[in-house]
Amino acid sequence: MDFRFTPQEQAFREEIRDWLKTNLPDHTPGDRMSGDSENLNVYKMFAQRLATKGWVAPHWPKEYGGLGLSVVEQLVFNEEMAEASAPMGYSTIGTGWVGPTLIVYGTDEQKQRWLPQITAGDVMWCQGFSEPNAGSDLASLKTSAVRDGDDYVINGQKIWTSGAHYADWMILIARTDPEAPKHKGISYFLVDMKTPGLSTTPLIDMMDNHAFNEVFFDNVRVPRANLLGEENRGWYMAATTLDFERSSIGGAVGAGRMVRELTQYCVDTPWNGHRLIDESRVRSRLSDAAIEAELGRLLSYRVITLQSRGAVPNYEASIAKLFNTDMQLRMARSGLEIMGLYGQLDHQDKYAPLKGRFERQYLWQTGLAVGGGTTEIQKNIIATRGLGLPRQ
Amino acid sequence: MDLGLDEQQEMLKNFARDFLEKECPESLVREMEEDDQGYSPDLWKKMAEQGWMGLIIPEDQGGAAMTLCELVVLLEEFGRALVPGPFISTVVLGAVPIMEAGTDEQKAQYLPKIAAGELIMTMALTEPSAKWTADGVTLEAKKDGGDYVLNGTKLFVPDAHVTDHMVVVARTGGKGEDGITLFIVDSKSDGIKFEQLKTIAADKQSEVIFENVKVPAANVLGDEGKGWETVEKVSRVATVAACAYLVGLSQMDFDTTLNYAKERVQFGRPIGSFQAIQHKLADAIIDVDGSRFITYKAAWSLTEGEDDTDMMISMAKAWASDASRRVVAHGQQIHGGIGFTKEYKIQLYFRRQKWMELMWGDADYHREKVAQLMEV
Repeated sequence: MDFRFTPQEQAFREEIRDWLKTNLPDHTPGDRMSGDSENLNVYKMFAQRLATKGWVAPHWPKEYGGLGLSVVEQLVFNEEMAEASAPMGYSTIGTGWVGPTLIVYGTDEQKQRWLPQITAGDVMWCQGFSEPNAGSDLASLKTSAVRDGDDYVINGQKIWTSGAHYADWMILIARTDPEAPKHKGISYFLVDMKTPGLSTTPLIDMMDNHAFNEVFFDNVRVPRANLLGEENRGWYMAATTLDFERSSIGGAVGAGRMVRELTQYCVDTPWNGHRLIDESRVRSRLSDAAIEAELGRLLSYRVITLQSRGAVPNYEASIAKLFNTDMQLRMARSGLEIMGLYGQLDHQDKYAPLKGRFERQYLWQTGLAVGGGTTEIQKNIIATRGLGLPRQ
Repeated sequence: MDLGLDEQQEMLKNFARDFLEKECPESLVREMEEDDQGYSPDLWKKMAEQGWMGLIIPEDQGGAAMTLCELVVLLEEFGRALVPGPFISTVVLGAVPIMEAGTDEQKAQYLPKIAAGELIMTMALTEPSAKWTADGVTLEAKKDGGDYVLNGTKLFVPDAHVTDHMVVVARTGGKGEDGITLFIVDSKSDGIKFEQLKTIAADKQSEVIFENVKVPAANVLGDEGKGWETVEKVSRVATVAACAYLVGLSQMDFDTTLNYAKERVQFGRPIGSFQAIQHKLADAIIDVDGSRFITYKAAWSLTEGEDDTDMMISMAKAWASDASRRVVAHGQQIHGGIGFTKEYKIQLYFRRQKWMELMWGDADYHREKVAQLMEV
């Protein structure tokens, strides 16, 4: 039971804060990587600035372009980036998904080819997993990969592919054995987005952003050298990749910041002859929000504790992710309700409180409760994989 | 940064779990519900032999000089085993105010005996107004020569009827936090009457009526009129203790329910294979784990004297109060009819949860405290 960071970890925190003072872009994009290319450029430029410090994937081993940071140092890094709302999106899939999977399953040649580009902040990756009829039941995916000489020929469609319209590369899972049981006929590929026959179509979300795409494969030829691991073992690698999603600390930190903003708003806003914060319904909601943000942080710290001790988190990582996602949605909803009629105002309206950040968050978190495994799927995983409850 | 237990805490936990499984079985818990004393002197003696009564008492007073963090580890096990009796009353409500405000003489008089398991104590704070705040203290103490004379009624006093002494929170004047004085009162003094309350958890709380009770001036604990500060210090420890008890209680209720969901077959399959049940259990484990780590944070902050200690304590009690209620409610629902029977053990947890949820402030009370601290 020790909640203190070591002097060395504190010094690292200070170093990051100092660095951010001069390196955080003046123009930090409104919310997330969305359609316009100006936005993308900010993200890319920041990724390349991070690269000069070795901070694109600082937790990776040194031989792969990381700094070999401890899990706690990585936590500190993630906390500071989240606290500063740093535009981190450019390399997220590369550092969080592609790299770790390559490090475990890739050949030396594959590692040499792709890892340095990621740590240099030069390439953006997207993830081709979901399909129109393979969402929560991902393993029922139908996109096919058929061996033809030294290539695989891909046909089919992916959906909800964030950033596909910018990405240089895609991690793709496709069916290589249609006869095998559904989990056992899937392979994992690394696909150049400029390959002929591959096309993307925008999917505009309810925030009016173009983040998602549909991606179509029409006889797309992928060299055999781009197959990761063994043929038909792709499902298990994808499952590992999903496990690399670690402590979800970003959500907890962001939530803490939003509580502070909301509290200040409630102190500053007059209401019924007193301040908004003097309303008991408001106090109760603010208090719940603050408590839940703290809980989110602690559930993330607990995952870090397990990793620091050399244990492999199981349901502990899932509950941190689930709680932090749910909590941020509740917080956004509370914020809007506290704001009353003003809560509905779009971020572009001049009267929108806090520049409409809560309204944006409310929409965004509704999407996050679905993406990367819905809340319900997360609970299924916690129950079956974590608590050992039977599937049937 | 490490949220887990250290080696010493791990040993304490394992030892306590084994000890309590053997010495405090469900049958004893049930027996004590019906027992007038509400505790087993035999178990009390054995616990004292482990040094548990003196866990947080300084070494020079016969204690083990451990911190609240270790007490939390132990109390988690108490919650798990539903240990009946005046342990928190004695070790927290009795010993802590003496450690905080006692003279050397008072410390020497009481603390070694508490550590040895020879004294049972409590604090008489709440009154019929059922308030945790200073304005709820109206029991009157008037100076009369070398004595004080106490008149008034205390209510919801834990374990009062079996105590040797009580720390009585009385008003010697003033208003609110000013004018409150603490007295160490011999429970057998003339003019004190105990009447046990009948409670949901069958724990032992009493109404304590003081009618012209004479207390020597030497038994004033701390400075006259400045007692509330000490009550607040006790209240911080007691609130964390209540959280720790709820953590252990919730964990045991959860474990029992999880096992039941794996074993109980309906529609030809274990009920735990149904998502309706699985999702409840996924929610419940978040509640249990969340309660544990916010409680650890509160205990650690208080031990280390961190600036945000009061915030963490109130966050912990607000969360653990609500979360534990959700856990035991799921426990009942998943057990179905059997859970509603007296014979099956899950109801023991359900009833005690409500008791600890309310002790030292429920979720609403502590949410308001959090809101006050957020404004600052």
